Amino acid sequence: MIPTLVLGIGNADRGDDAVGLAVARRLRPMVPDWIAVQEHGGDGAALLDAWRGFGCVVLVDALRSGITAGDIVWLDARAAPLAARLGGNSTHLLGLAQAVELARALGQLPERIAVLGIECQDFAWHAPMSAAVAAAVDSAVALLLAELHIADYASESADAHGAA
Amino acid sequence: MSANRTLSVPYLARVEGEGAMHVRIKDGRVENVEVRIFEPPRFFEAFLRGRMFLEAPDITARICGICPVAYQMSAVHALEAALGIQVDGPLRDLRRLLYCGEWIESHALHVYMLHAPDFLGYPSVVHMAADHPQLVNDALALKRTGNQIMTVVGGREIHPINVKVGGFYHTPTKAELDTLVAPLERALETAVATARFAATLTFPELTLHHELIALRHPDDYPMNEGRLVSDRGLDISAQQYQEHFAEEHAAHSNALHSHHKGTETYLVGPLARMALNRDRLTPLARRTADEIGLETPCRNPFRSNLVRAVELVLACEEALRLIRGYREPREAAVAVAARKGIGWAMTEAPRGMLYHRYCLDDHGLIEDANIVPPTSQNLRAMEADLRAFVTAHLHLDDAELTLRCEQAIRNYDPCISCATHFLKLDVARS
Repeated sequence: MIPTLVLGIGNADRGDDAVGLAVARRLRPMVPDWIAVQEHGGDGAALLDAWRGFGCVVLVDALRSGITAGDIVWLDARAAPLAARLGGNSTHLLGLAQAVELARALGQLPERIAVLGIECQDFAWHAPMSAAVAAAVDSAVALLLAELHIADYASESADAHGAA
Repeated sequence: MSANRTLSVPYLARVEGEGAMHVRIKDGRVENVEVRIFEPPRFFEAFLRGRMFLEAPDITARICGICPVAYQMSAVHALEAALGIQVDGPLRDLRRLLYCGEWIESHALHVYMLHAPDFLGYPSVVHMAADHPQLVNDALALKRTGNQIMTVVGGREIHPINVKVGGFYHTPTKAELDTLVAPLERALETAVATARFAATLTFPELTLHHELIALRHPDDYPMNEGRLVSDRGLDISAQQYQEHFAEEHAAHSNALHSHHKGTETYLVGPLARMALNRDRLTPLARRTADEIGLETPCRNPFRSNLVRAVELVLACEEALRLIRGYREPREAAVAVAARKGIGWAMTEAPRGMLYHRYCLDDHGLIEDANIVPPTSQNLRAMEADLRAFVTAHLHLDDAELTLRCEQAIRNYDPCISCATHFLKLDVARS
């Protein structure tokens, strides 16, 4: 199995910004032990360390792009550079997209890397997640399970089984 | 070129927080310069009212993702002053060590990732990384070392959870701290190399005339303690701060602008700290400053990266000294009892002096809090510098002038307000 990491990114105290963490917490008991599920505060420079050693990485993060709150976006970050402004206005020093592109420039990008973004709307302090975003957590988990188990590994497993 | 020009940068990149810059030139003269802050006010001072004093370090740490230790340190020192307790010995050393971790993290990122691209001619660190991978790897290695200190002493790498009024919730063992020695020794070498690298860059000419203000301590290069001094004779305690300084609201900004009563503009941060404390540098930091030809005082804000590089050396040297001299304390914190009182404190965040003041009631509940971050202190100076810089460079075309103005703002390493993050997309895909 390829060492796999699902990294839920967010700030638990800023409303919808917590959604990456919520997805990680919901997902953790549902995955086999070869999939690591971790939570991360989002410091871009530290992301490069966080995914070191993993061949397959999925970054789960809040998104603010103007689409409907709760909508989910899946981006294959290995296939093409992330949009220049993805994370460009992040209040972090180095945003998620910059971290991914920095890793690409340095030759440190995992073999497989994807971003699961959940469109968010409310980043108020100490606010709970909005209903639309909270309702998207299960869908995001289902998508992750589908992508990680069925699309990639179930077929690999079947191939390996067939070969044996 | 038209005599009437408007330069507008709607989103300032590589600046902590959300802000914008607006410069209007009319009839060939700079008419208006505004650094706009439009993330909503954070209301942290209001959040703190009615909270137990013990909560303040963890709440204020959330004001900033880059300098949470500064907020925690100013909070605990002010509250300890209100409660009449003193923290010293190994606990004091651990606090300075934690602050070193934050300085290393913050300065490494600023020197290499935010500011170096400006001087090497790249639009971002991502573009720079392709041609200068070693520089970026050095930055990441330094940042990692800062993170390690934050994790071992603070409990996690950002928004530390181990800081408490009176000390810490848990103190590290000697063995735990010793794991930091090897990475810090490497970091120290990298920091010296960083200073040598920074000295090879070419910086635009600009001389500031702001009053330079920083803490000064009898023995140490200032982080957690000291009196507030300036190059024009200011010398006050934290308790006297509000007699000498005032905050006012500027219509174009959500951040308050601070001013030193009776003076035009003042500057806090690395340039001021170094100008007022060069004689407090650690030995290798002092030799490095001499070697790279850092002038005293340095009044060119574009050269602030040299100062940050020297402070990186200092932070690594200090961290090693503190770890080597560490004796595990018997208690993780001094006992604290709630009581009525007022406390004041100032500490040196990586980007400048950070003031906190708290009023507590008989039960230790916070009645009133006042927080003055370094960036709001520098906003007036920032706008004045932009005005001077644009006036002197009106011959540049809009694109070049706009880029130079953005660089000028990054000189201050401003932290406009943070503690959230989100992604922003121009084109939605689903």
